[in-house]
Amino acid sequence: MSKGAVIAFMLVLFVLHQDFWLRDNASLVLGIVPASLAYHMAFTVLAALGWFVVVTFAWPKFSEEDGDEEGDQ
Amino acid sequence: MTQTAIVVVYLILLLGLGYLSSRLFRGNSNDYFVASRSIGPLVLFMSIFGTTMTAFAMVGSTGEAYRVGIATYGKVASSSALIHSACFFLVGLPLWALGKRNGFHTQIEFFRARFESSKIGYLLFPILVGLIIPYLLVGLLGAGTVMQGVTRGAFPDLFPNTGGAVPPWLTMLVISCVVLYYIFAGGVRSAAWANTFQTLVFMVMGFIAFVTISSKLGGMQAASAMVDPAKAVRAGNLTELQFLSYCFIPLSVGMFPHLFQNCLTAKSANSFKLTLVAHPIAIMLTWIPCILIGLWATGAVMPDGVTPVVPAGSSPNAVLGMMVGKLATPIIGGLVTAGIMAAIMSSLDSQFVAVGTMFTKDIVVHSFGADRFSEKQKVLLARGFICTIVLVTYLFTLAEPRQVFSLGVWCFSGFAGLFPLVFAAIYWKKATKAGAYAAILGGAISWLVLFQASGYGADGSYLVAGVMPVAVIFATCAVCMLVVSLFTQVPSQATLDKFFVKKS
Repeated sequence: MSKGAVIAFMLVLFVLHQDFWLRDNASLVLGIVPASLAYHMAFTVLAALGWFVVVTFAWPKFSEEDGDEEGDQ
Repeated sequence: MTQTAIVVVYLILLLGLGYLSSRLFRGNSNDYFVASRSIGPLVLFMSIFGTTMTAFAMVGSTGEAYRVGIATYGKVASSSALIHSACFFLVGLPLWALGKRNGFHTQIEFFRARFESSKIGYLLFPILVGLIIPYLLVGLLGAGTVMQGVTRGAFPDLFPNTGGAVPPWLTMLVISCVVLYYIFAGGVRSAAWANTFQTLVFMVMGFIAFVTISSKLGGMQAASAMVDPAKAVRAGNLTELQFLSYCFIPLSVGMFPHLFQNCLTAKSANSFKLTLVAHPIAIMLTWIPCILIGLWATGAVMPDGVTPVVPAGSSPNAVLGMMVGKLATPIIGGLVTAGIMAAIMSSLDSQFVAVGTMFTKDIVVHSFGADRFSEKQKVLLARGFICTIVLVTYLFTLAEPRQVFSLGVWCFSGFAGLFPLVFAAIYWKKATKAGAYAAILGGAISWLVLFQASGYGADGSYLVAGVMPVAVIFATCAVCMLVVSLFTQVPSQATLDKFFVKKS
């Protein structure tokens, strides 16, 4: 995955974040969450999935030389 | 009474954790300041996440959702889901690698080496510390307000002036002392462990508060049906330009000194992977319950069906405390309060360690030489400076309080405004020393001018030509860096070789 693809992914997400088309929508999703809030929850999950793709396919090479041990504290 | 007892037990648990990590403290400054660069993925994630979630995220977000509705999540939280991880990837990761290769402990060490200037540290130090103070204030004010809200009427004889509630000054004093103890015990390692523990506590307790409050209001659907419809939309609460310019705020994580230090504790680059992916989800799990509680507070009524849970005109800072205090049982109220304290302390600890580290490394050792002080003396100096800053912050809390959310936004605006400095330092070879000075001065002066124009944060809706002040500060810093660097001398080849390693 190229650097360009990562930048494009971030730009697309940035545009999707500006949900002006929902700014007047007061309907409740499942009778609980206002539409715009539900949209931003879905956006958050999409962002996490996007970062998963980045760390899986676009992890920078320089970091490999700095150790890759996975042990936790 | 029950709530206070639960919070006290929780604080004792934290003291025990501090004692445990002190047994593992290796006694040298490298361990105290960057935990010997040994922190793995899970603790790194919990530590970074815990550090970024403070009173701003819990007390502030609930109050802001009560004030301006659901736009609060979009303007800060979901943008952070994208931009925080981008900062960890584009800034945190390269800084970690450069820090490991060159032995940096602080941001200032990095900037001094990158821009070949010792004096840049003396310029940057007071600005970074000055911007951290409002961040500490946010935490302490949030803790004091929540504790006062949930303990109202519990100690009528002891605290008659606050309606029987634990007074904010006492909560802030106790919280400061507990955090000081556990970071003094084990430095950044202790802070990382405490953050991990506290992050778990505040996420679980936030969920419990959410379930309890919604159940008391007749279920989630019933609670949502009562909300003020004007707060369920963005229109009328936030303009599109405001919403767009709010996206600059999360860039602050790229310049937070405490996050820089957290990044340096990582054992390997791979330790960051979990943080990048899990951070957005953790933001959502923490913020959504708070936003919904704040939204429900706009229409929630007590079981009598008439009395509002949050009376009109209440301070936004008090909304979460009132919702928990009035709608949860004392035990749940105590547990949730402990969770809120956990969120607040998990930020205070990293910030305390960061200011101590900067003072010791960037001012004292840099000025007097590395051999002038023993390892023990360095740690003592850090502790002395931390105590001074905590005292100064504590005195500020006794002045006229500000809205937690608004003060947090101003603090983040200052750090976000300086983001072009760190970004140019990492990615632009032609960024020069003069450009860096201009960027710092431009960012700091514009922040000061705008902060003053807002009545030092008193005007929570202050905008510049319809946009958030952070956009102006960011632009000033970026333009100064760009223009001045283009006309001044680039760093030496040796420095560029050190900071721009060719990839094999």
